[in-house]
Amino acid sequence: MDHSYFFELFLGGMTRGSIYALIALGYTMVYGIIKLINFAHGEIYMIGAFTALIVSSVLGFTGMNPILILAIASVLAIFFSSAYGTTMEKIAYKPLREAPRLSALISAIGMSMFLQNYVLLAQTPDFLPFPDMIPDFKFLQPINKILNSTQFVILVTTAIVMILLTILIKFTKIGKAMRATSQDAKMAQLLGININKVITVTFIIGSATAAIGGVLISSHTGQLNYYIGFIAGIKAFVAAVLGGIGSIPGAVLGSFVLGWTESFGTGYISSDYEDVFAFIFLIIILIFRPSGILGRKQNDKV
Amino acid sequence: MSNILKYFSFKEIKKSLVMSVWFMILTFPIMVIKVNTIENTVIWRWNYLIGVGISSFIFASLWRYMIERKKLQGGSESTVPLLQKIRELGERKPTLKKGSLIGVIVLILVFPFITSMYQTGIMTTALMYVILGLGLNIVVGLGGLLNLGYAAFYAVGAYTYALLHIHFGLGFWVCLPIGALMATILGVLLAIPVLRLRGDYLAIVTLGFGEIVRIVLENWNAFSHGPSGIANIPRPTFFGIHFTLPQATIYLYFIMIALVVFTIFVVRRLENSRMGRTWIAMREDEIASQSMGINITQVKVTTFALGAFWAGMIGVVFAAKTTFINPASFTLWESIIILCVVVIGGMGSIVGVVVGAGILILLPEYLRAFSQYRMLIFGAILVLMMVFRPGGIVTSVRKVYKIEPHLQGGSDNKVEDK
Repeated sequence: MDHSYFFELFLGGMTRGSIYALIALGYTMVYGIIKLINFAHGEIYMIGAFTALIVSSVLGFTGMNPILILAIASVLAIFFSSAYGTTMEKIAYKPLREAPRLSALISAIGMSMFLQNYVLLAQTPDFLPFPDMIPDFKFLQPINKILNSTQFVILVTTAIVMILLTILIKFTKIGKAMRATSQDAKMAQLLGININKVITVTFIIGSATAAIGGVLISSHTGQLNYYIGFIAGIKAFVAAVLGGIGSIPGAVLGSFVLGWTESFGTGYISSDYEDVFAFIFLIIILIFRPSGILGRKQNDKV
Repeated sequence: MSNILKYFSFKEIKKSLVMSVWFMILTFPIMVIKVNTIENTVIWRWNYLIGVGISSFIFASLWRYMIERKKLQGGSESTVPLLQKIRELGERKPTLKKGSLIGVIVLILVFPFITSMYQTGIMTTALMYVILGLGLNIVVGLGGLLNLGYAAFYAVGAYTYALLHIHFGLGFWVCLPIGALMATILGVLLAIPVLRLRGDYLAIVTLGFGEIVRIVLENWNAFSHGPSGIANIPRPTFFGIHFTLPQATIYLYFIMIALVVFTIFVVRRLENSRMGRTWIAMREDEIASQSMGINITQVKVTTFALGAFWAGMIGVVFAAKTTFINPASFTLWESIIILCVVVIGGMGSIVGVVVGAGILILLPEYLRAFSQYRMLIFGAILVLMMVFRPGGIVTSVRKVYKIEPHLQGGSDNKVEDK
């Protein structure tokens, strides 16, 4: 096996991992705060990608500069995804905060079905081509074979988002409130933290990162339809659990591990069993570390 | 009256207006703009915007009214009396109880003869989901273990029958127990790696397991005939007699009725047995039950195995009913629908599962009138049902042992359901 093939798979896995990470962050943050598997999170990502496609196609007719179009489309995608995320929370999850957790999960599944079919009916069931708006960088010319400019943009954007998010959670007041809420929501409330606000902010951030992921992966694969959210959502969920659900560095690490597993598994063994590698790896990891790679061990009291 | 008028005050209307404007903004890009990327044209559908505005105004008003009402009633507690009332009525008027029971039985027996073959087919499907729901209820409702890979066991049952028929020419009745047994073995195999996992870690591993089974079936062509599936699976026979299609449909309906009765009988006995009580104890608190001497490993394995048993059995029936199977029938959505049957009906309750299966399977069938909107409505109903009845339609009723003190002594304890 030559080295360039290895690096190609390595960077390909990293690109996949970055995308999973952007979606998994939303999963893990929501889980950390309200202990809900937000099944409809993938749909938020899909809506972000669709919004970007619609906006960029409409603006494309005006003959605007592609980079400007990409910027406007991304901003609008982030806005609409966050709006959908918070509205969804208010309708489907807020009334269920005191209810059994499985009821909230079914509500999330219902929301996921609703949003999928909403996009399917309002738009189209077919795959739509996503315009390639990311320019070719000159300095990537020599290594174009193993890392193209779309992949480069994905890696850089993910890194920036991760750094910003770390700063937000570690050093700002709302970040502190979020950490407090995830440790003990009732206690945080007693200390004067507005839980509703924290949850809304969490959904906004989670949806925004998902929208960025949506725009990036659609640029990468060049197509999208109403169903992309479901599959990506499941993968991101796997990544979040792999790293230890509720932990933000865990979600990132889990996503990269998942990306590499899939990339090397398909590259060296067989491309038919891509998902099987991911799930078998997940099961093996969880046998030895039942709370994920970076998950804290739960101490239960009776 | 003033209570209702409150919802039409100026303040409330303003709130609803704000909501409808918000929804109009929210749905703008997806509802209004439609891009045709091939011909490069944009269609602006402004009439949709007005529709969204009006419907979300009505929705917002109704929503707030319903939420207020739910708060006044005090949540899901109001669901218990319904079942109790029926039961009490039955106790007070035994003739009425007997009469309605006979009525229901007669209705079940004549159903396939008074309705069309199509209706009978749908009802058979609903009955299949009753058993699937009851099986999953053992794992999720009683054991408290979230299983998102239940369709895998279902697939194992179906493929057991299909493959045994192809290679060895075995019939339906021989394969029925074999399929159930194969699924049980798989259940034990799945239980072993997940013994240490809890909650959502368990959910994701079972989900992964279900997907692994499906993908293997899809790709291992030599074994499972791949995505094209297996066709020409025979319908069940009656002591060697082969039926025509309408006869077979009715026959299958009665097989399912018998299996449902059998399942309800077994599950009810299990629920109140020593084993069933250990499941419930594990659901309530794993550590506490362990310290009371319950072997958690054994309990987990039995829940998975006994839950899988029913899925395997129904898998065989499914293969016989459709006469064609392929991996596409056993996706994650299938597992999710079965989970919905359990949760919508009311977790841990047998009546709940029957009602849940009825709603979830018959509703989409009868929503076919709305053809393309049916999954949209289905999703919305799931959300609304959970929001307004989070405990499910019928909440489970635990058997309560009431001991009345006797002045004369003696120990004839009264058992009654509460």
